[in-house]
Amino acid sequence: MIHAAFLIPIFPLAGFAILFPLGRRLGNPLAGWLATAMVTASFVVTVIVFVALFQHAPAHREFTQSWFTWFGVGRLRVNAGLLVDPLSMTMAAFVTGVSSLIHLYSIGYMRHDEQFPKFFTYLNLFVFAMLMLVLADNFVLSFFGWEGVGVCSYFLIAFWFERDDAASAGKKAMIFNRIGDAGFLLALFLIFERTRSFEYTTVFARLGHVGTPSLVAIALLLFLGAVGKSAQIPLFPWLADAMAGPTPVSALIHAATMVTAGVYLMCRINPILHLAPDAAHVIAWVGAVTAFVGATSACAQNDIKKVLAYSTVSQLGYMMLAAGSGAYVAAIFLMLTHAFYKALLFLGSGSVIHAMDEDQDIKNMGGLAKLMPITGVTFLIGWFSIAGVPPFSGFWSKGDVLENAWAVTPALWVIGAVSAFLTAYYMGREYFLVFMGERRWTEGRQVADGHEHAGSEHDGLHPHDPSWHMSLPLVVLAILAALGGFINLPFHPDFVFLERWLDPVVGANVLVTHFSVGQQWLFAVVDAAIALTGVVVAASVWRATANRPALEPRFLFMAWFIDRGEDRLVARTSTALASFTATVVESRVVDGAVNGVASLTRWSGERLRRVQSGYVRNYALGLIAGLVVLVAYVLVRAGS
Amino acid sequence: MSVDASWYLTLAAVLFTIGVVGLLVRRNVLVMFMCIELMLNAANLTFVTYARVLDDVGGQVAVFFVLVVAAAEVVVGLGIIVAIFRRKVGATADDAHVLKG
Repeated sequence: MIHAAFLIPIFPLAGFAILFPLGRRLGNPLAGWLATAMVTASFVVTVIVFVALFQHAPAHREFTQSWFTWFGVGRLRVNAGLLVDPLSMTMAAFVTGVSSLIHLYSIGYMRHDEQFPKFFTYLNLFVFAMLMLVLADNFVLSFFGWEGVGVCSYFLIAFWFERDDAASAGKKAMIFNRIGDAGFLLALFLIFERTRSFEYTTVFARLGHVGTPSLVAIALLLFLGAVGKSAQIPLFPWLADAMAGPTPVSALIHAATMVTAGVYLMCRINPILHLAPDAAHVIAWVGAVTAFVGATSACAQNDIKKVLAYSTVSQLGYMMLAAGSGAYVAAIFLMLTHAFYKALLFLGSGSVIHAMDEDQDIKNMGGLAKLMPITGVTFLIGWFSIAGVPPFSGFWSKGDVLENAWAVTPALWVIGAVSAFLTAYYMGREYFLVFMGERRWTEGRQVADGHEHAGSEHDGLHPHDPSWHMSLPLVVLAILAALGGFINLPFHPDFVFLERWLDPVVGANVLVTHFSVGQQWLFAVVDAAIALTGVVVAASVWRATANRPALEPRFLFMAWFIDRGEDRLVARTSTALASFTATVVESRVVDGAVNGVASLTRWSGERLRRVQSGYVRNYALGLIAGLVVLVAYVLVRAGS
Repeated sequence: MSVDASWYLTLAAVLFTIGVVGLLVRRNVLVMFMCIELMLNAANLTFVTYARVLDDVGGQVAVFFVLVVAAAEVVVGLGIIVAIFRRKVGATADDAHVLKG
């Protein structure tokens, strides 16, 4: 049954191929249902292959499925093929699973959008590209998927392209990703130069012949790619702006799947990182700092989606921290649980945004829990999961990450623990401002009663839970977010399912920790205490009021001015350089050279035209003078 | 008794000089044309002389080429002269300076 793996990316591709020409004819909602069916079919196939793979012995859970030679240059042959192993199947399973739910949600969310079929065309193309990224058996095909998801991300961020902020956010995402992609490309060149291959298995088998400096360079260049894709410092500002896209896109691409591609890549190249510990340290520290910066920035945002965006940045930092620590299982574990609870939170925020008539400012919300019970309860579960309240999934996965960080160096643990506290706090802030407290919006019935509400943005609101298309994914994701931690319980070696499952891929290079049972309990208690403190602090601060400017400094609202700083430092200087080139280099040097040649020609022409007198005798005189010179020359030569 | 070759060469030089001076100082197109012919034939005379002196038939062959070219030149040149006189009776070479830069 493993041979059916090729169907996994084919289904979404077929969906795209049908929807691209015929989507408009299928219309709303048929196009959405087709896209959802395709991704669900892909999910079913993934599960079948997953089970088939599970029935093999752990040592034999690696299958390569070669399709065709994609291209060949000289001795280089790049095949298009799939690598079916526990890591790729885990990724494929959660990508298709979460995608199916978000497709379903989108049918409800995008119901009133005129571009409804186009949205699903892009979504299917995205799922195809993402699956190629995770299933590819070589770096080049992964890069194809890597670029594919980048393009789809651009399409979908700028989906409402008639809005300026969406259009420029799409461009921003593209440009930030390009910086990372340059690193990825350079890494590809270096890999081929050193190993003469692109296939994962071959490259990893030949690492012994590659010097450590080259391995560090390869790892850091690939990490640069991951920094762009996974929104790490300093390339993270695009992710906050990417919230201009439709909310299902934020949930699918900018929380659950695409942005985790960088983490997947780091886990995939675990043999390289194992041999290049310096690079791994850089990754761990960048991840930790990103986690902290993201978490602090999320504390001061007022846009319901921006809070989640910075939260995603922070969580991706955690994943990088885990990957850099060598805790690949923890990274994948956190990636899975994060996909569940962050997709849940985003979809919940989409539901709130619908109810609030497209207003995203949490300062204008409040008291929605009673009116939107499903959204409220699922959001609460999402909050507890991300905060790491036991026994929700985030508790297990984040605890795993922190434990491994401590094993590398306690400093990383401290940063991670502070960020964990902030995570519990800022999500609590969001929960209380949105779902609890007083209603800071105007209810529709008051307008019906004839009261005037001039200047209010919320005339006539009737917040309510969304249709079943949107509620069902919320409920399913809430269950997954609550119970997702049970795929990797630390109590007993028999319970660490994920760790044993991924062992054939990462086991040889994974960080081995030696904590006693007592120490593990201590870690668990501390993690739980941190999470609960965050929850309690958020509750005590934000339950009653929405106005605490001291806790929302502008420095954090602007995300440490990193975006602004990069704007000043890079964008402004390159704009200045461009305008210098346009005004000085272009008009003086380039135009000067062209105009100079022209005026030189004209000047010499003016001088030389006098020679052409029109009188034959002048010309004859010239001829004869020339003749005299020639003869004189010959005579002088002959004489000497 | 044979005439010394230097006489022929002197004659050729004189003829050539007459041609050059005539070409430069006269305005009548037809006369200028004849001066050119004079120069050509001075050159021919030199060729023939050296062919005799050096006992090399190549010089005489060159003369034939010159004659052929001269014949062609006459055809073109006379055509141009006729065209000039059509425009203006009694025109001189200086009247045809339309191509002045």
